[in-house]
Amino acid sequence: MTDLTQSPLPEPSALSRGLRVLAGNRTGMIGFVLVALIIGSAIFAPWIVPYDPAAIMVGPRMAPPSAEHWLGTDNIGRDIFSRVIAGGRIAMLVAAASLTAALSAGLLLGLIAGLGPRWLDNVLLLVFDALRSFPTIVFGLAVVTIIGPSLFTVMLVVAITSIPIYARIVRTQTMALKNAEFILAERAMGVGMPRLLFIHVLPNVLGPLLILASMDVPLVIATEAGLSFLGMGVRPPTPSWGVILNDGYNFIRNSPWPVIGGSIPIILVTLGFTFLGEALRDIFDPKLRKAG
Amino acid sequence: MLLYAFQRFGLSVVIVMVAVSILTLMLHVVPGDPAVMILGPRATPELIEQTRVAMGLDRPLPVQIVTFFGNILRGDLGQDVFTGRSVSRIVFEQLPYTLILISVSILWAATLGIALGCYSALRRNTWLDTLTGVISVGTISIPAFVMALYSVLVFAVWLRWLPAIGAGEGFWDGIRHLILPSFAIGISWVGYVARIVRASMLEVMGQPHVRMARAYGLPDELITRSHILKIAVQPAVTLIGTGVAHLFSAAVFVEAIFARPGIGALIVQAVNERNYPIVLGAVLVTTGIIVLATLVSDLVIAWLDPRQREEL
Repeated sequence: MTDLTQSPLPEPSALSRGLRVLAGNRTGMIGFVLVALIIGSAIFAPWIVPYDPAAIMVGPRMAPPSAEHWLGTDNIGRDIFSRVIAGGRIAMLVAAASLTAALSAGLLLGLIAGLGPRWLDNVLLLVFDALRSFPTIVFGLAVVTIIGPSLFTVMLVVAITSIPIYARIVRTQTMALKNAEFILAERAMGVGMPRLLFIHVLPNVLGPLLILASMDVPLVIATEAGLSFLGMGVRPPTPSWGVILNDGYNFIRNSPWPVIGGSIPIILVTLGFTFLGEALRDIFDPKLRKAG
Repeated sequence: MLLYAFQRFGLSVVIVMVAVSILTLMLHVVPGDPAVMILGPRATPELIEQTRVAMGLDRPLPVQIVTFFGNILRGDLGQDVFTGRSVSRIVFEQLPYTLILISVSILWAATLGIALGCYSALRRNTWLDTLTGVISVGTISIPAFVMALYSVLVFAVWLRWLPAIGAGEGFWDGIRHLILPSFAIGISWVGYVARIVRASMLEVMGQPHVRMARAYGLPDELITRSHILKIAVQPAVTLIGTGVAHLFSAAVFVEAIFARPGIGALIVQAVNERNYPIVLGAVLVTTGIIVLATLVSDLVIAWLDPRQREEL
């Protein structure tokens, strides 16, 4: 009956498999849609915005939402919806750049700590613990005092404060893998270190790392918006969500719309990435669930 | 237990020392002279030289770091650039405001969170369980400073129930001024704590020792209190212990938004003035408190669960 020579059905690719499982997970799907919307609007921001986000208009100031201005206008008549979309671009840029930097540095340092000599491991662990004991915003403010406020400062702060978290996870995973049987077997067969790292250790470490990174995006965005809110991050007139909120806060007794408009995207991004990250974690790595 | 506590304390001291070194190194690695940075571009060379000597910047780097450590041990964090007042005095004047704010926030949040998490684990799928789940997700997704803005908007601007500015004078007025800020900081912690307590309660409830206790016929309440909750509360303790850093970050925003005095407000003002001895001193003190909080939470866990003491 069964023809053993028949070629097996083509394996569905990891991506389509992941998407199919995601479709069965309601909150995961909501998260996926939100994230797609936000990344999409960040990429296509210049074509989406109905008005120039920095243009000061002769029209009404601090107007409530209307057909012309979906989220109203701010204290000098700028269109809040356009500013929010443009701010999303900044937020995503900061998240992408700083998380990439933190992931690469964390991966490297974690591998060194996990595979290197014992003393180096101890030194690195101490540095990680010390870095983690700075409150992000307070540390960020200290960095601002030294190198001044800018988009780059924000990215640097986020990267430095996230490195220890990733490095620690890579280290733990590497240490567990170091003595796994399949690694020992490979080593017994004379496989060199670089190959061992790239073919066997890296794929095992990368998955949990990327899931954690996606759950960290809200934190990064809150840090960027927060520092910009305090006037220590992205400087006006660049429309960061934090800058929009700060403008809104100064005129909170006159109109609630800038605060509402500026905070909606932050809440949506947080919901989206949290839902997506949790769904991915449950699908790909149930072991991590406990750690959360 | 004593040995464990001693080892953990030693480690904490080392961590703080490393943190201090990172900060000082950071200051010196960056190109540019701190003295010029403080005085601005229009300072005369004589003034710059004078400040450099006053700050000890003319001596070699290792000497500077060693002196810095020595001074810290004596409780001397340097002088305010503008007024010449002692930094440690300025910092410790502001610290109580922030400590009160974050302790009140975390206390009400943790109490409510543990109660909600406990209840929803014991009575799963009731309306309160569902509500707790919704509240958890809803509040976690709103950063503290956005929450603070909304509390100002709703309770101070629209409803006019509570004051939104300052710390108040006298005891009762102080409490009235504390309600909104501590609500803004605490609310997302209710969600975190409830979620984690619920999850770990459910896990512990399925373990053999709980079944065993039940088989012996111990009353439900006793089982919950001394066999389940004692273990299930541990992740929440760790969460709060490591979360003190987040509490300080949140306090920076809340103090700025509610115009309250405190260490966050102090740091923001000092950054604006580029008054870096104050920034450095305040960062050091907060870091010290955070390391201490982690230490305390580790010790609490070791006390709750003797199995944890052997690690390290």
